[in-house]
Amino acid sequence: MIAGILSLIGAAVCLVLGLVFPWMKVPIIVGLSYGLAALGVAVLMRAGQVSFGHAMYSCVAGYTVAFLSRAYPALDGLLLVLAGIVAALVAGAIIGLFVVRYREIFFGMLNLALSMVLYSVLGKFYEITGGTDGLRLERPPFAGLRLDRPGYETALLVTALLASLALGTLVQRYFGSAAGEALAGIKTNETRLEYLGMSARRILWNGYMISAGLCGLAGALVVLLQGLVTPELGYWVRSGEFVFIAILGGSAHALGAFIGAVVFQVIQLVGTMLLAGTWKMLLGATLIIVILVAPTGITGVLPIKRWSRSRERKLSLQPVTGKS
Amino acid sequence: MNLDLLPLALADGFSYAGLLFLVALGLTLIFGVMGILNVAHGAMYAFGGYAAASLIQLLMSRGEVPSVVLVLALFAAAIVVGTLLGCLLEIGLLRRVQDKDPVLQLLVTFGAFLILDDVQLLIWGGSPYTASEVTGRLGTIELFGATFTAYQLIFIPVVALCAYGLLQYFLRHTRVGRQVVAVTHNAEVATALGIHAKRIRLVTFIVGAILGALGGALSVPSTSLVPGVGTDMIVLSFSVVATAGLGQITGALIAALMIGMARSLAVYTFPEFEVVVPYLIMVLVLLIRPYGLFTVAQARKI
Repeated sequence: MIAGILSLIGAAVCLVLGLVFPWMKVPIIVGLSYGLAALGVAVLMRAGQVSFGHAMYSCVAGYTVAFLSRAYPALDGLLLVLAGIVAALVAGAIIGLFVVRYREIFFGMLNLALSMVLYSVLGKFYEITGGTDGLRLERPPFAGLRLDRPGYETALLVTALLASLALGTLVQRYFGSAAGEALAGIKTNETRLEYLGMSARRILWNGYMISAGLCGLAGALVVLLQGLVTPELGYWVRSGEFVFIAILGGSAHALGAFIGAVVFQVIQLVGTMLLAGTWKMLLGATLIIVILVAPTGITGVLPIKRWSRSRERKLSLQPVTGKS
Repeated sequence: MNLDLLPLALADGFSYAGLLFLVALGLTLIFGVMGILNVAHGAMYAFGGYAAASLIQLLMSRGEVPSVVLVLALFAAAIVVGTLLGCLLEIGLLRRVQDKDPVLQLLVTFGAFLILDDVQLLIWGGSPYTASEVTGRLGTIELFGATFTAYQLIFIPVVALCAYGLLQYFLRHTRVGRQVVAVTHNAEVATALGIHAKRIRLVTFIVGAILGALGGALSVPSTSLVPGVGTDMIVLSFSVVATAGLGQITGALIAALMIGMARSLAVYTFPEFEVVVPYLIMVLVLLIRPYGLFTVAQARKI
């Protein structure tokens, strides 16, 4: 309950800030997209798996939006977002079939390797993808309206907020559902899960699709906001940022990803002011400190578990069973 | 592809495989003993390379230097960088996360990599570094009507093979080496038998780090270093290690040869796919053998 109220208050604050200070709309939308993508990564973290390549789904969705919008400039922004999500889901379904066979280090690094392939392919095929310069797109109509820049940004902000609220709630429901509990079971004891008659691969594949879709939505929103897509959207640094936010926020509650995104934005702001081009070392230091001090992240430390309806259970990344 | 280019492609691939093997060897050794996939290994490569390039530029500015000194400078830079960074990382960080989940350990090394990557940018800046002087000093070789630099055709492969031979000798026939093998198999039993597992871990990590730094140091005479080189290398050497099977030393040699050759053949035939080839090989191998070519089956714990 309290988590829900907190989310609503957070969304209202975002909306008011965006409307009162128009310059804040862009950072808020970018922050929400980071939160959505990190939520996707956090879904897999429930299963104990960390993907270092999920920015590739943002990239897939972003390029789908750009290609479609350039081919059919009259296409609605909302439809473009949907198309981006579908593309990310399809890519996730196919790649997922392959990567769900692996766990832990292999899982993480295979995702990283595949995202590096996508990144370099996008950079090389200049004729189709515009190379490292990327593709520009005109501002599409949104929800049937032709909007000017401020109106368009407000529309995107509202869409991002509504999507974050809805998907955050849905993901939290998923965590508490039988499928979500089974997903967490992959981390605690996969063999026992199989003995219960469930296919761990299938469960992880479902979770993988959810995470790919969320990252796709994040990518589509950012591309529509910037009117530009470049391979950078799928660069490993971005995947690393998603992982950073998800670890920081923790996977105990869906809210964590968004809290993590806010902290990430603050670190980025402070870091670029103090360290300019080398602010990533601040990310690295924070990551190490979080893992050493609070490996369950912000939502693991806060009593947020009691606020939500999901039952009290062990959700840390540490193994519950004794491993030698 | 023009058939005349084939020997050139093979020679390139051979030398590239040598570098790749050195880096992958360090990565796989550390994984075998400590169970950690050290993402900061890419930083070892970059630091080793930049340090070697700086050292050689420094030596060159002092006037005439014999070639032997320049070659030794490459090794010296790698050993100093590997020892310093290795000690710093193992004692300062990895020791503290020893009992945590493998993924969390990986994330800690990833955090360390982010820091080191920026430190490298602060020290050496964004401009490319190279030390092509060394290649020139070692002369060229005429073979099959093509000209090769002796550095790439002979020096790098010989160093890589020596590293392989020395490591195998170290692990099989020396006291510390056999202790390393014992810790790899079962750290608890090894400790019970009186082996100082903590010290063995440190030694292994430093040896692994030196191998990574050596890969970087040996790459500067034939290529130039730019920011981001560490990332490319860590992913590439992971694909070698994964293709071979984590912790497999002889496997890494074969996988490095496969991937190095395939990559350089791709450079001469389909240059667009140069970056993709190593990952394609890895994916194909892993589809058929999910834990690498040379991994032996392990009993699973319920």
